[in-house]
Amino acid sequence: MSTGISRRRLFGLGAAGVAAVGAGAVAARSFAQEPVAHAASTSDPVPFYGPHQAGITTPAQDRLHFVAFDVITKKKAELVDLLQEWTAAAARMTQGKDAGPFGAVGGAPEAPPDDTGEALGLPPSGLTLTIGFGPSLFDERFGLADRRPPALADLPAFPGEELQPEISGGDICVQACANDPQVAVHAIRNLARIGFGKVSVRYSQLGFGRTSSTSRSQATPRNLMGFKDGTNNLKLEDTAMLRDHLWAAPGDGPSWMDGGTYLVTRKIRMHIETWDRAPLAEQEAIFGRDKGTGAPLTGHGEFDPPDFAKKGPDGKPVIPGTAHVRLAHPDAHGGARLLRRGYNYVDGSDGLGRLDAGLFFMAYQRDPRKQFVPIQRTLSEKDALNEYIKHVSSGLFACPPGVVDAGDYWGRALFA
Amino acid sequence: MRTPIVLAAAALSLATVGGCSSSGSGSPAGAGATGDEKIAVAATDTECKVAKSELPAGTSTFSVTNNGTKVTEFYVYAAGDRVMGEVENIVPGLTRDVVVELPAGMYETACKPGMTGKGIRGPLKVTGESKPLTSDAKLADAVASYKRYVKTQSDALLDKTKEFTEAVKAGDVDKAKELYPVARTYWERIEPVAEAFGDLDPAIDARENDVAEGEEWTGFHRLEKDLWVNKDVAGDGKIADKLMADVNTIVQRSATVDLSPVQLANGAKGLLDEVATGKITGEEDRYSHTDLWDFDANLQGSKAAVQALRPVLEERDPELVKTLDAKFADAESALAAHRSGDGWKLHNELSKDELKALSDAINALAEPISKVASVVAK
Repeated sequence: MSTGISRRRLFGLGAAGVAAVGAGAVAARSFAQEPVAHAASTSDPVPFYGPHQAGITTPAQDRLHFVAFDVITKKKAELVDLLQEWTAAAARMTQGKDAGPFGAVGGAPEAPPDDTGEALGLPPSGLTLTIGFGPSLFDERFGLADRRPPALADLPAFPGEELQPEISGGDICVQACANDPQVAVHAIRNLARIGFGKVSVRYSQLGFGRTSSTSRSQATPRNLMGFKDGTNNLKLEDTAMLRDHLWAAPGDGPSWMDGGTYLVTRKIRMHIETWDRAPLAEQEAIFGRDKGTGAPLTGHGEFDPPDFAKKGPDGKPVIPGTAHVRLAHPDAHGGARLLRRGYNYVDGSDGLGRLDAGLFFMAYQRDPRKQFVPIQRTLSEKDALNEYIKHVSSGLFACPPGVVDAGDYWGRALFA
Repeated sequence: MRTPIVLAAAALSLATVGGCSSSGSGSPAGAGATGDEKIAVAATDTECKVAKSELPAGTSTFSVTNNGTKVTEFYVYAAGDRVMGEVENIVPGLTRDVVVELPAGMYETACKPGMTGKGIRGPLKVTGESKPLTSDAKLADAVASYKRYVKTQSDALLDKTKEFTEAVKAGDVDKAKELYPVARTYWERIEPVAEAFGDLDPAIDARENDVAEGEEWTGFHRLEKDLWVNKDVAGDGKIADKLMADVNTIVQRSATVDLSPVQLANGAKGLLDEVATGKITGEEDRYSHTDLWDFDANLQGSKAAVQALRPVLEERDPELVKTLDAKFADAESALAAHRSGDGWKLHNELSKDELKALSDAINALAEPISKVASVVAK
């Protein structure tokens, strides 16, 4: 277990323990218990094998390439073959190797290379590949209907969303995260290629500038609205909370998901130009936080707990009733929490001269029915931020537990 | 024993004879086909009556009479639709001959009224002895077989380009529009061979944005724009003449081109790449939107090249052959959903989802096809 823990990681966590006021004790204890290994430096590999999939509590890398596939083969055996091929390729690529055994330049000159080559010479860059299975995979095609976890219940419609079906859903998703965008793109490109004829890419999304920290060793980043995002996120060090809020436990649902987790994705377009014209005070009132420090409007430091009861001289709550921090806070949802792992996105401009940009929201959780759904219901009804955002895509996936060794593969227990 | 080069020459001369013959020249059905005697094939729009369903191994001549109302083609296929012999562009009332050399085995005959689809199939049994070929002989045979294919396609290309350019010169816009996708079919089936001659391919097939500043835009697509957009071909006499001359040159040159088995394999892949980049997107025939004709032709041409290599592939990688068969069948049936009469729906009549399904089918096929070259090169 200690092999995945480097000196640099120890140092990082120690420093974080100081910064994470109020949670230091939890962090220190959890460190010994949670053997989720992660990259020591941004270029090092992250172990692929383990009880949980990497790429969830792994400290969020800087870059994302997310892809959703439709399965087009009608044969279950072909799908299982593909999952095995993918797992082998993923195990190689996350360790900085080529996708196939011959590699980009080692094969026969007449044959197309079994790796596309654009990652040659690049370090592993903390690449993680994380797979999830969407509700549509559990239809009649592969006889999986009785294995669909109850927690993988279709999300309800939320007020104000304008979902585009062509960039929503999917039978299978793969999240590639890395500290080098070329490494993330390379991984998805090679998986898509291996999948030709069996799966078809439904949509994919590039992201940059992680918008959440998933470890106390990381500073809280900013979203494209300029605010610190994910201050109160579930983090790698919060072992007890991860157990309660992140990982599916025996008895939660079908046993193939034990040790897995559920992913909700939402592409949230931001109306950047109108937001930029909003006065600073309005922006801060909408989030309920100070734009500079990230502190709640009732406090001074980023990690100060917000005081939702505190009233200003005018007798109104300092943090308004419609503020994002109030509505999204665990206190408003019986303690429900998410492990958020979203990324900023910019898909160029939209033809009207506006930045086509926003947040590709991704959140991992133990049961979306008790976590994402109630939180989003509240937000979609009341959040002052809604004036500046629009949800344009939605995805829901059951992410199985980790691949334990080279004899195992993604989803083995599901198809067993 | 095997003399495919002679056969190719025979096919040429016989096709020419057939082209000149009138409707009365077909041999009477039921004529005994021993030795040099011809096997009559009576083709209609719904039937394909072959006088014999059992033959001795060796050289046979099929004499195909089109009694139907649609232009037809006749094929003799080995397993996997490997083309053993074919004759193209048999217009109603005409008889054309094709000489085929068949070792013992099971084959299929097919007439293709309207020149598309799987055709009307019938079994053909060839009895006698045939020695198994060595691997090298199989490779040589593959090349010879594909060259026969190129030959018949280029003959039909000449005929149909002539009809097309004459219609343009006569100012018959409707007829020219009808012939445009048909003439291109023969071009698209063998385009990788034509592309070996760098200067002529652009002269024949360049799109408007392919033409460098100061150079004249010529060829099929120039006429396409004038037919569909400008609706005026009055000034296109010179363009039509040049297209005909360029096609003539390329056909002459392609008859002498030296092909290797690896080139065949890469040609098969190249044709699917054409589909993936040009036809799926509707860029190829952006004015007429007849891209699915080209798509179909590319697919057929790719299959002809792969199937020419089939005996070698079966020996070296039988699993790959199975995959290729399955993926070709998938791609063909995906495309077949868009038939319209004897032709195809227009590209702009297909939804985004329908185009994506076609794209998926081509990707699924192109990946295993990309492996053929290395198997052949082993």
